[in-house]
Amino acid sequence: MGLALALERQGIPTVPVSTHVFARLAKATALAEGMPTARNVFVPQPVVGRSPAELRTYIEGIDPISKRPFMQGVIEGLTRPLGAEDFKDASFERNIPRLLEPEREDNLQELFIRNSWTDFLPIILPTEERVERMLKGTKHARDKIVGRLQPTAYRESWEFDVEKVAVNAVMAGARPEYLPVILAMAASGISARSSSTNSFATISLVNGPIRNEIGMNSGIGALGPYNHANATLGRAYGLLSQNLQGGSVPGDTYLGTFGNFLNYSACFPEAEERSPWSPFHVDEGYRANESTVSIFFGGWYTQSGYGPRETWKEKFIRCLTADHFSPPLIVMDPLVARGFVDLGFTKRSLIEWCAENAKLSARDYWDDQWVGTLLRPLAVAGIEPYASRLKAAPDQLVNLFTPDDIKIVVTGGETQAAFKMFAGRLQKPAPGNFLGGTAINIIDEWR
Amino acid sequence: MGDKITVHDPRGFPPKVTGKRLANRLERLDGKVVYLIDCLFENSDNFMVQLGQWFAEHLPSVSTRIIKPRECWIDDPDMRATIAAQGNAAIIGVGL
Repeated sequence: MGLALALERQGIPTVPVSTHVFARLAKATALAEGMPTARNVFVPQPVVGRSPAELRTYIEGIDPISKRPFMQGVIEGLTRPLGAEDFKDASFERNIPRLLEPEREDNLQELFIRNSWTDFLPIILPTEERVERMLKGTKHARDKIVGRLQPTAYRESWEFDVEKVAVNAVMAGARPEYLPVILAMAASGISARSSSTNSFATISLVNGPIRNEIGMNSGIGALGPYNHANATLGRAYGLLSQNLQGGSVPGDTYLGTFGNFLNYSACFPEAEERSPWSPFHVDEGYRANESTVSIFFGGWYTQSGYGPRETWKEKFIRCLTADHFSPPLIVMDPLVARGFVDLGFTKRSLIEWCAENAKLSARDYWDDQWVGTLLRPLAVAGIEPYASRLKAAPDQLVNLFTPDDIKIVVTGGETQAAFKMFAGRLQKPAPGNFLGGTAINIIDEWR
Repeated sequence: MGDKITVHDPRGFPPKVTGKRLANRLERLDGKVVYLIDCLFENSDNFMVQLGQWFAEHLPSVSTRIIKPRECWIDDPDMRATIAAQGNAAIIGVGL
C-alpha cells in the first residue's frame, strides 16, 4: 500500500490489490497517507495456496468489497479521471486532549473499554493525582518526547512523551519505581502490539541492579503471574504500545489471526546471581552494573523439556527446528544451566552447538510461508546466509540460524530442571528486519 | 461512584496528515506499459502471471511487465524509478 502511494506521488497511476479481509486496513492506511481516494481493488482471501486456475477465477470474478467485476475496478482505477473527491484537501489534524471530560468512575471505565484503550482486564484509571505520583519515578520532564511507535512498518507512527507513558503505567497498575523500566520499553520503538497477521508478541527481559531494587521475581514462577513488578511491567508495555501507537483494534490496527496469550504480559528478570554464566546483558556488551530491558520479538511457539538428559541432543534438535523463521530464546532453570556446565559447555559453546545442529532440508526450509516472503528476496539478492541456503539441493540440510540469532537466559526457581524455548528474535538492524527499533535498552537513562 | 473525576487521555500524539493528490489517470490503456508489481507475498508472483495473461488475452494492446521490489514491505526507490521511466501505470499486489 505504501509503495502504491509512493508511485502515485511520482505521477504513476497505481491500483493496489489486496485480499478482502484487509479492506478496512487499506482504507485507514490511505487516509493516514493523505490519499483517501486511493483506488484499491480486492480479491477474496486467501491468495496463498490457490492454484493458478483459482487465481484466474479471482481475476475474472467479482471484487468482494465493491461487488463489481474485479478487472472493471482495475481498469477504471487506472483510467477514470480524477473527480471532485480526488481534489478535496485530504489534510487533517487529530488533537488528542491531555485530559478527558470529568465523568463518574464507572462511566470512565466503560469509556476506556468502549474505546479499546484497555486489554479488557480491569485498569486503574489514570487520575491526575495518580499520574503525578507515577511521574516521581523519573527525573525526566513530563513533556520530554520518549519516542514513536507504530503497529507495523507501513503504518503511521505516533509520538509520545513521558507523561503519556506514565498514564499507561498507572493503568497497568505499575508503581512509580517501575517507571524507568517502562520508559525504556517505550523508547525501544518496538511495539508490543504488532499488527502482523502472525499474532506476534514481545517478551521482555530485565537485567542488572534494578531487578532487585524493584523486587522482580527470578525464582519460582518467574514467567507467571506471581510478582507485582513482573506482571505489571509486561502489562504496561502492552497497554502503552496499543495506546501510544494509535490503537490495536481487530480489523483496523490489529490483524493477528489468533492473537497471543503473551500479549497480556510477558516480562521477567534473569536470575543473574544463580546462573553459572555471565548475565545476558553483559554478553551483549553492557556493564554488569547497568540495568537493561531487552525485547525479544516472536512468541509464536513454546517448547519445553528437561535436562540435560541422556538424549538431550535429540530433544534440543526437535525444539530448535520447531519453527523455520523465529530463532529461539532459550530460558533455562539454573539447574539446567549448571548441568550443561557439568557437560563442559560454556553458554557460547552451547549456542554454537545449537546453531550447528538446527537444520532442516532446504525443501522444508523454503516451503515456510514467512521464510519465502521475507527471506527468499534476500537470498535472490545474494545476501548471506540466505543465498547459500537457496543454492542448496532440496534434500540438503541447511542451518536455520546463526549463533548470533540464538540467546540463552537463566531464570527459575530450581524446583525442576526444566528449559523452555520461545520464538524470540532480538531485533537488530539487518536485512529482513523491517520493524526497526532498539532491542536492548538502558533503563538507567530513564531513572 | 457518584462523584465525577478527571483522568488523562491515554493516547499518543498522531502525526498531522498532509493531503496528497493521486496521479492523473490515463485516458486509455491502449499502447501503454503497465507494470505488475509482485509485492513478494506468497503466491503474488502467480497472481501477477495470471493478471498478465488476462491482459494478453483481453487487452493485447497493453504491454505488461512483472517487476519485484528488493524486499517485502521495504520501499525500493530503484524499482519505482524504473517504473516511472519506462511505464505508464502500475498494479501492485497481493497484499498491503
